[in-house]
Amino acid sequence: MSTDTVDEGKRRFLVTSTSVVGAVGAGFVAVPFLSSWMPSERAKNAGAPVEADISRLEEGRMMTVEWQSKPVWIVRRSEKTLADLEKNNDNLRDPASDNLDQQPEYAKNMQRSRKPEILVLVGICTHLGCSPTFRPDIAPADLGENWMGGFFCPCHSSKFDLAGRVFQGVPAPTNLAVPPHYYVTDNTILIGQDGEAA
Amino acid sequence: MGKLLGWIDDRFPLSKMWNEHLAEYYAPKNFNFWYFFGSLALLVLVIQIVSGIFLTMHYKPDGELAFASVEYIMRDVPYGWLIRYIHSTGATAFFIVVYLHMFRGLMYGSYKKPRELIWLFGMFIYLALMAEAFMGYLLPWGQMSYWGAQVIISLFSAIPVIGDDLTLWIRGDFVISDATLNRFFALHVIALPFVIVFLVIAHILALHEVGSNNPDGVEIKKNKDPVTHIPLDGIPFHPYYSVKDIVGVVAFLFFFSVVMFYFPDGGGYFLEHANFIASDPLKTPEHIAPVWYFTPFYAILRAVPDKLMGVGAMGAAIVVLFFLPWIDRCKVKSIRYRSNLYKVNLVIFAVSFVVLGWLAMQPVNSTITLMSQVFSLLYFAFFVVLYVTSKNEQTKPVPDRVTS
Repeated sequence: MSTDTVDEGKRRFLVTSTSVVGAVGAGFVAVPFLSSWMPSERAKNAGAPVEADISRLEEGRMMTVEWQSKPVWIVRRSEKTLADLEKNNDNLRDPASDNLDQQPEYAKNMQRSRKPEILVLVGICTHLGCSPTFRPDIAPADLGENWMGGFFCPCHSSKFDLAGRVFQGVPAPTNLAVPPHYYVTDNTILIGQDGEAA
Repeated sequence: MGKLLGWIDDRFPLSKMWNEHLAEYYAPKNFNFWYFFGSLALLVLVIQIVSGIFLTMHYKPDGELAFASVEYIMRDVPYGWLIRYIHSTGATAFFIVVYLHMFRGLMYGSYKKPRELIWLFGMFIYLALMAEAFMGYLLPWGQMSYWGAQVIISLFSAIPVIGDDLTLWIRGDFVISDATLNRFFALHVIALPFVIVFLVIAHILALHEVGSNNPDGVEIKKNKDPVTHIPLDGIPFHPYYSVKDIVGVVAFLFFFSVVMFYFPDGGGYFLEHANFIASDPLKTPEHIAPVWYFTPFYAILRAVPDKLMGVGAMGAAIVVLFFLPWIDRCKVKSIRYRSNLYKVNLVIFAVSFVVLGWLAMQPVNSTITLMSQVFSLLYFAFFVVLYVTSKNEQTKPVPDRVTS
């Protein structure tokens, strides 16, 4: 090379293209590290369905079982409770359970359940994931005289009725989730599967 | 000795660094009480790193073992209780010191030109510190650890479209679990301390580049000795301020020891009572509130009855602080020479911050919610009023030299 001139255009092209290729390479290297944070195969395989025996669950009472490390509530509701559900409709965000992410097809009804009296819910608030408190008492002092019984989240005071439907004016955006479940026998519920005759 | 130093200096800039940052770093001579907190923050960082290293020697980051290993440290490890209480008291002390340090910056306009980057590095330290404290709080694996993490991680689920996948990615499982605990441990003891130390170095380098502000908010570099070029109002950091700061350290360690030995749980505010119960994924404690240093932002979250808006407001309360150097358009730095309006505004802001912190610790009812909403508005009003009024603020004349 006899000339001393520098080809600035060529130099800029080489610097830019090297930088771009390097950045793309760094992006590819980031993939395995970022992916390693996703649930492992073991975590994905955990969470098998669980069976709940409701033969000793009395009317108006709630029992809790653990499914995928989450609390699942089972409540046996009285005739009166079921009749009262309708009175809440005007104060709810989604009274008809139109948000299909929050329950399987067979629970999209007024009671949000397969059997009208048995309520099965994931006991995790749809706001920020606390587990709400079961408050079946009618019109207690702290919840107001229109309270027909339901679930109250102590973290950020979201309120749900006894079908897990969220009230208006609270931070929780959606109804509590109904997990997939079906009745193996009259008194045995399998939580985590929709069952054959879904 | 001199020969050894010369040998080193030929190979590493030891004397040069010593002089640049200590012996020949000229700080304004009028520093007051408020100027203790920068060096104290550095001290607490060292305390946390040393006590933390020793805690990792006995702690087990495992969903099955974590809670018991903390009890083991408390009961069976020789002086384990002391090392843990140093670390937990250090967390609270860190935030007290940092909040006072930030308030000093607000009072004397230390975030203003040419110190915007110092403020930004400081804000990033604050952000990293909050992440560090949050992840550290999960490690004892008690009820508040578990449900606090559940709530904070669920904040990300408010983000539209990607929210649910993002929370899954952060947790590494469908609920808070061993996977979450293990990665938080890694971040808490390796990743974030590195980030914080790096940011602290950047913070100090930026400070030493432009020089320290002072309670009068005048630039001492404008009045230099014509011969030596040393600022007339400046004194070498070492020995003058290094010795002064040692007095601050002694006073600080006195209060630190009182808390550590006599009130290590701070009445349930530094170590919450529910956290002495092992984590239970099926049951949320009746009253759940974050540790005190997060409560002002938590109150803002709770004040808004909408998930996305609430999380947004809480995030905005922190993000807005980053923009302070550009929100405050007043040329005068120190509160001493600013308008009464600014003084009132700053007092309302500080009071709102404290009241919000108190409100978040109360069980919710309609009064608490209403008050949270009012004080949240006052918190944000500070920035709005500041932006609107600071450009044409009625200020007092600023002296050429520092006053006392």
